[in-house]
Amino acid sequence: MMVREALNSALDEEMSADPKVLLMGEEVGEYQGAYKISKGLLEKYGPERVLDTPITEAGFTGIGVGAAFYGLKPIVEFMTFNFSMQAIDHIINSAAKTSYMSAGQISVPIVFRGPNGAAAGVGAQHSQCYASWYASCPGLKVLAPYSSEDARGLLKAAIRDPDPVVFLENELLYGESFPVSAEVLDSSFCLPIGKAKIEREGKDVTITAFSKMVGYALKAAEILAKDGISAEIINLRSIRPLDRPAINASVRKTNRLVTVEEGFPQHGVGAEICASIIEDSFGYLDAPVERITGADVPMPYAANLERMALPQVDDIVRAARRACYRSVPMAAAQSY
Amino acid sequence: MALAHLTSSSRSNLLKPLATVLSYTDSFRRPISTSTDPLTIETSVPFTSHKCEPPSRSVETTPQELISFFRDMATMRRMEIAADSLYKAKLIRGFCHLYDGQEAVAVGMEAAITKKDCIITAYRDHCTFVGRGGTLLEVFSELMGRQAGCSNGKGGSMHFYRKDAGFYGGHGIVGAQVPLGCGLAFAQKYSKGETVTFALYGDGAANQGQLFEALNISALWDLPVILICENNHYGMGTAEWRASKSPAYYKRGDYVPGLKVDGMDALAVKQACKFAKEHVLRNGPIILEMDTYRYHGHSMSDPGSTYRTRDEISGVRQERDPIERIRKVILAHDLATEKELKDFEKEIRKEVDQAIAQAKESPMPEPSELFANVYVKGLGTEAFGADRKEVRAVLP
Repeated sequence: MMVREALNSALDEEMSADPKVLLMGEEVGEYQGAYKISKGLLEKYGPERVLDTPITEAGFTGIGVGAAFYGLKPIVEFMTFNFSMQAIDHIINSAAKTSYMSAGQISVPIVFRGPNGAAAGVGAQHSQCYASWYASCPGLKVLAPYSSEDARGLLKAAIRDPDPVVFLENELLYGESFPVSAEVLDSSFCLPIGKAKIEREGKDVTITAFSKMVGYALKAAEILAKDGISAEIINLRSIRPLDRPAINASVRKTNRLVTVEEGFPQHGVGAEICASIIEDSFGYLDAPVERITGADVPMPYAANLERMALPQVDDIVRAARRACYRSVPMAAAQSY
Repeated sequence: MALAHLTSSSRSNLLKPLATVLSYTDSFRRPISTSTDPLTIETSVPFTSHKCEPPSRSVETTPQELISFFRDMATMRRMEIAADSLYKAKLIRGFCHLYDGQEAVAVGMEAAITKKDCIITAYRDHCTFVGRGGTLLEVFSELMGRQAGCSNGKGGSMHFYRKDAGFYGGHGIVGAQVPLGCGLAFAQKYSKGETVTFALYGDGAANQGQLFEALNISALWDLPVILICENNHYGMGTAEWRASKSPAYYKRGDYVPGLKVDGMDALAVKQACKFAKEHVLRNGPIILEMDTYRYHGHSMSDPGSTYRTRDEISGVRQERDPIERIRKVILAHDLATEKELKDFEKEIRKEVDQAIAQAKESPMPEPSELFANVYVKGLGTEAFGADRKEVRAVLP
């Protein structure tokens, strides 16, 4: 099943099960979704539940949050999360903090979803990863699916969850296909929020990743296996809450950690994971924690520079080898 | 007024002959009027409208309603003045934005609607909360950060809520409450409830882009939302003429109709809100501009006299005070005596003092409250205090 279909079916099933669920965003209705994620939903559920909005993120996000205050379950789509910055006050100050400020009187069962991170060749203003920004905020839950199973299970969980959820998809994954079991296809399927998945078991080094980088990490694991390095790949699935117990348990087993993410390095997801391991499992580390991240620059357009600005499989392999004390020639000698 | 004095001082036999002679209606004035006989009163000034027909200046009311206006506004006034003292005594911390002078807007609006209609406002919310049924104890406790507060002491002055009475806060970010209010109206329409939302904002917030974004969507989708601009003519220290190229806020909706209302006249406010509620259920959004005034500065840290003159403030108090206006109406129609009204005020003062005393008894929140309500469903995850090795909690 393609990730796109997985998301579409999750939306469809949840809208069918609960009349309070509705979808709003730019082009979600008549255009069938900018990336076709909401294909067929307008026809099935009508214009009262699938709402095309004007290009006014602050306005429609505020309206979505207000509807959630009243008790509806809106899904607000951002065409990409870059545009969520126009509405970020409503995500943080109106949605995330309201349950706390009202001592639980007002809950906000809303989902903010859309593609996050880099696509291909879309330049600096359309390529940022917002995982660490949103995940630092108490009151939000932040999810990042990788496979079709993740997409279905986590989106259904997000829609059913009574708290505000930021659901970070990835445009380049929409067209990727993954095998899915009958259990995943069942309409009651749901994944727990806050639990990571061990995509591949290993014993020499733990590699954490989320979204598209999980695929890259799995490829890196194949290459490392040929070298006799058995990598354990953790698909985080949930950035907030972060599954610290799972990551710590894995590192206590392997004693080495590489974190992988697409976003900017400073104050990123890997920084949080590294700090967490040092606090809870310092004695188990046999090597410093390695971070593989996007480059510390706005995303360039030229294909070769864009490639340098994002983690590649080679980068993950190299970092894992470093963590296992097997050195490689420095990058200066390499060409792309 | 000699007759009034006579009536109030003795419910004696003197009453009956006088009553027959002067042939009052059968619900002739009792000592404190609880009559629901209709009474029609003209608003102080006519309404000015934009793209709609204004409602009539003649407002239907009853003696009972007018007395309740007086009591409610006097309670709000006394409450805000008491909050001023508590703030100066350092029992209230942080921000404290007082509403005294603007009471007629809160009270007039309530008279036109039900608790199924929704209200959302900004941070000058103490009186709006009381209008929705909030108690003085909840107000003072919340202001002092105590458990008996409406938000268990965790919200503070700007974050009062009362969802079961349709009050959605209490918001600190200028202008954010307007799209939220449009969202409430969206949900009301979606739920087919025949109810409406009043989204209040100030002249300072009136230029916010998100307001126009939400208004556009509300007009496109015919949402039953009433935008009320409480124009007290100053956005913090900036007078309206310095902030808005066009301070005719009731016209700023352009394609959305509007009405300008004397916000110091509770009856005019009631009439406008009644009109607006009927309008939006049929035609989509409307803007009401309430011409009002705040006696205090923007907040307790603003003396309120560096950007306006004391003469202006005392002038408004003399000429347009909302409580004095209702007092005059009540006395002119012989619905109560001056002494009775003063007695109400004394009673109210006592109620407020009692509520403050009770609020002072309420304890501060338990330390475990620090981690409560971050989520509805905490999923058993961990949250950390300042020293995460010392203070950790599991969110249920």
